[in-house]
Amino acid sequence: MIEVRHLTKQYGAKTALNDVSFSVPRGQVLGLLGLNGAGKSTTMNIIAGCLAATSGTVTIDGVDIVKDPLAAKKKIGYLPEIPPLYVDMKVEDFLSFVYELKGLRGDKRGALGQVCEKAGVTNVRGRIIKNLSKGYRQRVGLAAAMLGEPAVLILDEPTVGLDPTQIIEIRSLIEQVGREHTVILSSHILSEIQAVCERVIVLNEGRLVADDTPENLENAIQSKNSCVALIEGEPEQVLAALERAPSVESTERLGLSEPGVWEYRIRGKEDADIRRDVFNVLSEAHLPLLGTRSAHVTLEDVFLRLVGAQTETAGEEAAQE
Amino acid sequence: MIAILKRETNAYFDTPLGYVFLAVYYLFAGFFFFHYNLYGNSTDMRSLFSILFTVTLFLIPILTMRLMSEDRRTRTDQLLMMAPVSTLSIVMGKMLAAVIVYLTALCITLVQAAVLSTFAAVEWSVIIGHFLGLLLMGMALIAVGLFISALTENQIIAAIGGFCVGFFLMLLDSLAGMISNSVLAGFVSDLSFQTHYQNFTLGIFDFSDVLFYVSVSALFVFFTCCAFEKRRIA
Repeated sequence: MIEVRHLTKQYGAKTALNDVSFSVPRGQVLGLLGLNGAGKSTTMNIIAGCLAATSGTVTIDGVDIVKDPLAAKKKIGYLPEIPPLYVDMKVEDFLSFVYELKGLRGDKRGALGQVCEKAGVTNVRGRIIKNLSKGYRQRVGLAAAMLGEPAVLILDEPTVGLDPTQIIEIRSLIEQVGREHTVILSSHILSEIQAVCERVIVLNEGRLVADDTPENLENAIQSKNSCVALIEGEPEQVLAALERAPSVESTERLGLSEPGVWEYRIRGKEDADIRRDVFNVLSEAHLPLLGTRSAHVTLEDVFLRLVGAQTETAGEEAAQE
Repeated sequence: MIAILKRETNAYFDTPLGYVFLAVYYLFAGFFFFHYNLYGNSTDMRSLFSILFTVTLFLIPILTMRLMSEDRRTRTDQLLMMAPVSTLSIVMGKMLAAVIVYLTALCITLVQAAVLSTFAAVEWSVIIGHFLGLLLMGMALIAVGLFISALTENQIIAAIGGFCVGFFLMLLDSLAGMISNSVLAGFVSDLSFQTHYQNFTLGIFDFSDVLFYVSVSALFVFFTCCAFEKRRIA
């Protein structure tokens, strides 16, 4: 559905995107993940035809966005980071304008009613956009993007500035839309990507550093049998004691949790149950174990690891994947 | 294009801008109509039209200042860029919206002529000539203003730029008088908006004058398209 090939974008001397390639099949919900300035918005702007790439190509359904922009743009609904709204207009009038701007024909009232319903703006249709809250503006932008049922929806940080209920609503909306449409979604909120995306692309400083399912990304760096333990005592003593446990592979001091009590991440050797060993060595050394919890690796960890450890090799590995 | 034309025309009247422009234009036209024609007991509208030339020169920037710059400031240009419409139709839509509002303002002169015709016979050919001249001149100015507006995201700068260009165009004639090289002087006075307008005020319908204004409009519409496209590249 979407083919992105060797995309590079330079702003003067600064390289915003560096040889990024990926493709998105029909009906997939793809998450673009990255810190601010990683190149997410640039990528989306290029795909939507709002920005020209320095080199590389983008095709939507086989139509090149540069060679035949009008045909390609008809297939795309785009919600930029700041929703482009004429704030002096009423919601109804604005959507009607977008409908005509997109060159849509047919049952206009029906189409407007449908997107308003989907985006949850039916109750504010008669209001002037500048008087609406940020959340509602975001939804109006979403409604405008969805007009004409484009095959591809590109949403740049669609939940920014929304309250928790609205975030949940927008997410379920994206999931619902994702069943029929191809969706590209960007965010720096990882739980959001985890909740709605089937696939994640991680960008860092304009490079593609990972491309996988959220689960695989987690598994890739999740070490088995690891836990986080709260242990009272001098860190040196604790670390020395833990080293004596046969099943423990590595330990790492995380931080002070309360006076005299530190948090440690303990990783076991493959398939070994570390709990008994840890308890035994600590009690021998008279170091009270105050609590343990399993160290579940989240996308946050994956992300920080990927971004932190990003080297040339990481880039190459991702490219090979 | 029609969608943009409709929106931009409505936008003039969603905000005070359109009303202010029309009110000020009608005020000046009304005052000088009273002064020259009603008070002066004359059906000759030439003086009125020459004054309106200056009024137009200074009021057009108000009409064009926000056309492109506002979109840039509020990021609504993205909406236009992502829409399946060509750059030319975006620019033409905006330009024609300004032309429609300007035409609405200009129509007051026809009303005035009609009022005069109830008292005595008026020279309709001269009035129509003037009207067309003013319309073409305004169109060219709108195109110039549109281009200036596309260069900045600040409306005030766009307006000031427009005023400067208007003022410069007025000065071109006196500038031409100061140039001793006859070829250069001829070239400068040929660029003057006033020189080409003068023929209309004399009741002469010269095709080259029409061509001048139409070419200036086309050239600046093209420049505006380039400025808009440049945003996509940068």
